[in-house]
Amino acid sequence: MSDTTLLNGWGRTAPTPAVLTPVHDDAEVRAVLAVASATGRGVVARGLARSYGDAAQNAGGHVLDMTAADAVLAFDPGTGLVDVEAGISLDELMNRFVPQGFFVPVTPGTRLVTVGGAIGADIHGKNHHVAGSFAQHVRWLDLLTADGEVHRVGPDQDPDLFWATAGGMGLTGVILRAQVQLKPIESSRCLVDTDRTPDLDSLMTLLAETDHLYEYSVAWIDTLAKGKRMGRSVVTRGRFAALDELPPKRRADPLEYHGSIKISVPDVFPPGLLNLATVAAFNELWYRKAPTRKRDQLQSIPTFFHPLDAVGGWNRIYGPRGFVQYQVTVPFGQEEAMREVLDRLSSFGTASFLAVLKRFGPGNPGMLSYPSPGWTLALDIPVMKGLAGLLDSLDEVVVAAEGRTYLAKDSRVRPETFATMYPRLDDFRAVRRRVDPDGVFTSDLARRLSL
Amino acid sequence: MIDALGSPSSLLLVGGTSDIAVATARRYLQERPLRVVVAARDTPRRAAVAQELTAAGAVVEVVHFDAEDAGSPERMVAAAAAGGDIDVAVVAFGQLGDQDSLASDPAAAGALGQVNFVAPVVVGTVLANRMRNQGHGAIVALSSVAGERARRSNYVYGSTKAGVDAFYSGLADSLVGTGVSVLVVRPGFVRSKMTEGLPEAPLSTTPEAVAEAIVAGVRKGRHTVWVPGAMRFVMSGLRHTPRAVFRRLPF
Repeated sequence: MSDTTLLNGWGRTAPTPAVLTPVHDDAEVRAVLAVASATGRGVVARGLARSYGDAAQNAGGHVLDMTAADAVLAFDPGTGLVDVEAGISLDELMNRFVPQGFFVPVTPGTRLVTVGGAIGADIHGKNHHVAGSFAQHVRWLDLLTADGEVHRVGPDQDPDLFWATAGGMGLTGVILRAQVQLKPIESSRCLVDTDRTPDLDSLMTLLAETDHLYEYSVAWIDTLAKGKRMGRSVVTRGRFAALDELPPKRRADPLEYHGSIKISVPDVFPPGLLNLATVAAFNELWYRKAPTRKRDQLQSIPTFFHPLDAVGGWNRIYGPRGFVQYQVTVPFGQEEAMREVLDRLSSFGTASFLAVLKRFGPGNPGMLSYPSPGWTLALDIPVMKGLAGLLDSLDEVVVAAEGRTYLAKDSRVRPETFATMYPRLDDFRAVRRRVDPDGVFTSDLARRLSL
Repeated sequence: MIDALGSPSSLLLVGGTSDIAVATARRYLQERPLRVVVAARDTPRRAAVAQELTAAGAVVEVVHFDAEDAGSPERMVAAAAAGGDIDVAVVAFGQLGDQDSLASDPAAAGALGQVNFVAPVVVGTVLANRMRNQGHGAIVALSSVAGERARRSNYVYGSTKAGVDAFYSGLADSLVGTGVSVLVVRPGFVRSKMTEGLPEAPLSTTPEAVAEAIVAGVRKGRHTVWVPGAMRFVMSGLRHTPRAVFRRLPF
């Protein structure tokens, strides 16, 4: 067997070895596919590895490094439709198209994800309540399936295969290319409103009553605040500024854009650096320094959308044991379940920085697509004693509320719990059996959850 | 796959009727349901264990394993892996033997060497091959503090455990970077069916305590655990005790 590389996800847990091959074109993908089919351990595509868990690793098998194929193939400035190779990052799309007056339709909290990964995880962003998730802005994609053929699929071309691929975590085949609808913008600046809320009730009320007035919306919760202060948070909401809303000195170059990593975290953090004392102090400071209420503040794209991207490799601060991200959603009307989850987390005393809370809009037909109408909560938790049992018990609360967990973040859900959360899992399996009867496309995630 | 928080979804018990193996399965089952493969000779005890673990929430498979049969390990691991990857394999079989007859019966001493040392070496090699190929997994080997320094009252048993300990410790180092880990477990005197009727030694422990240490050790990716933990320091002392004194110790 060729040389293997130990691969892990963003949470730096559970690394496994695989043969990692950079692929530049369809022929190179086919060549690896042929080898992988013979080994019995399969293959999966890997982009920029921002999934927290084991989605883009494949123990004992093959992994395709897709980031080598990152070209823009065509762009129509009249419609904003762009054809790209799947290995291109949202970062690169912004570098190229923000100065031309176009933004990506959906961006998560990091720009450092590929278009292929964005479709495979069907990512969402702060605009989900108005724009839906990434796959809803994909007109078509080219999928190389287990038979070695390339199929162009979309919402109107083999929709079953398209909606199994959107959110399908790379298990239907390799996404080679896609056409994405970009969003026109007049400026590269956002007009942001900030509100501080003292507890969970006031937060949920504020979001429920006024979220529809904003294109982008998210709340950051201090998970360590207990009792009456539980759920205290800072809400930032905004939209892109129109040309005439910019201060005069910015109007000369309204689409100026710089997205860059400013500093990098060295890999020297000891385990346990982030403990209750240090994190509580950080969270307190962060809450105190936020304005109680501020309106129409101009912010850059990186400041508003990707604050953590300014710090390269920030996942290293959790030390060598790594961390998990717990992200779940519960439907509207199940606010009590969300309160229960937050309450148990804050009383367990996980040394977590801020949690993100957001309201989702309608879901889409994606069989394993995560967003569905309701509340979504996400927080990072360092690996610690008792965490497995705590998160299993939180899953029970979420399942009872008919909620679900997000595969792109998951590294530990129980397989039978996952199956309960996604009633369309059998439809997904049926599509997979159709296009990949021998299960050539597989991953540690697929094995762990028997997808 | 063993997940990010150290929970496996499948468990192979080699010597599946041993009290420590069963306790380990029960300890894992307290957290989550999982697939458990019980590898042992066909005895009423094996059927009872299968029933007990099924009742505790496991999906149980039973496969044949005989430590006295040279071809058995290869067939046993192949059968166990037919149902999917093996996440954690516990190598728990072994006999204590009767020191009085072992001291004078060459055939009995050789037979104990086969069961306690040769067979675990073969099983470890087969498991390592399988897990290296699957790219992940944890092997748990039951050593013993008796192997750290053989004493006159059970040196045949002690020497087989010394061999097992050395083999699996070296195997652990050879597997670095393959995704496979090895945990060597060194319990003291365990109150179990193997030691039934024997006088208890100081710092004695239970199969449940050993199981707890195994689950925690796999979770943390440890290479060696002593049960109870204090054994580590006791043995460290005993290793450096002058021979003339060690020989006269009352156990």
